Amino acid sequence: MKKLCELAVIFFKMGCFMFGGGSAMLPLIQQELVDRRGWLTREKLMDYYTIGQSTPGIIAVNVATFTGYARAGVAGAIIATFALITAPILIILLLANILTVYMNNPYVMKAFTGIRIVVIALIAEAVCGLWKTAVKEKKDILFFSFALLMALSGISVIAIMCIFCCISLFLGYKRGWK
Amino acid sequence: MIYFVLFWEFFKIGLLAVGGGLVTVPFLYDLSSNYPWFTPQELTDMIAVSESTPGPIGVNMATYAGFKATGIMGGIVATLGLLTPSMIIILLLAHYLKAYDHNLKFEALLRNIRPVSLALIAFGGIFIARALIDDYVTAGLTVLVFAVIHFVKLNPILYICLGIIGGVLFA
Repeated sequence: MKKLCELAVIFFKMGCFMFGGGSAMLPLIQQELVDRRGWLTREKLMDYYTIGQSTPGIIAVNVATFTGYARAGVAGAIIATFALITAPILIILLLANILTVYMNNPYVMKAFTGIRIVVIALIAEAVCGLWKTAVKEKKDILFFSFALLMALSGISVIAIMCIFCCISLFLGYKRGWK
Repeated sequence: MIYFVLFWEFFKIGLLAVGGGLVTVPFLYDLSSNYPWFTPQELTDMIAVSESTPGPIGVNMATYAGFKATGIMGGIVATLGLLTPSMIIILLLAHYLKAYDHNLKFEALLRNIRPVSLALIAFGGIFIARALIDDYVTAGLTVLVFAVIHFVKLNPILYICLGIIGGVLFA
């Protein structure tokens, strides 16, 4: 029980201070769980992180589920995950409420005109930043181009993901899973 | 009934969005064209708010999108839908971690899928840009901002704040 409460408090706190998503969470977790409490080793955290990054879902949430499970089993995993997202959900709901009321205010509208430009640039930067990790051989460029063309021609994103999962399985099978 | 639809739509996103928050953008764009929940323009605002508030971006966007669809309960249901598949998968993996460590099949599959995820993020960006950039000045500004972000790596929140200031002063 004490372990569960501890997990809840720690991950709630992390949820409050975690700006910028998954990668921003790594130093926070490292400080809190590796350096201060010694619950995890650096290597273990890196493993969780790699797995969190390559499984479906939100990286930070996956890391929380993993850490909670390692510390206190299934209950720990569930508590850590929900503690992490409590503060963000409350803040977003509050902001969404406020913004719905003030969206027609001329200053708010102007502010969002500026914000939108920055968001588009940030997405472009994210694509550039991920390019090196995602595209390693010629086949990857082909995959990237085909997926992009399919999306642009109006095929649903979910269908594209399913199609490429099948192709990947087939390729893996033919290459002997290397 | 709408809650069931919301849960199911976000469950699918949680299952198929491999590689973190921004990968949910193209899926949300799909939603915006299939349901009257939010417009592509509102989607950009959601991204901006999600990037500048604490919490994982994907979770924030699900909460916001669900709220846009049907209010507070919608926000909670959408977030739960998004998290359910990955929690199940992670719990299974954590349980069989030893087997996973040497699971070449799984790794090969993920390696092949990564460029596809990236293409979908790019698609989300292209779609949003197409919906929002309607003159040469905005286009030029966007390229300029991208260049600055690319070469001067600062916290994204800082850039969003600069966007707010710029917007209020010059828009």
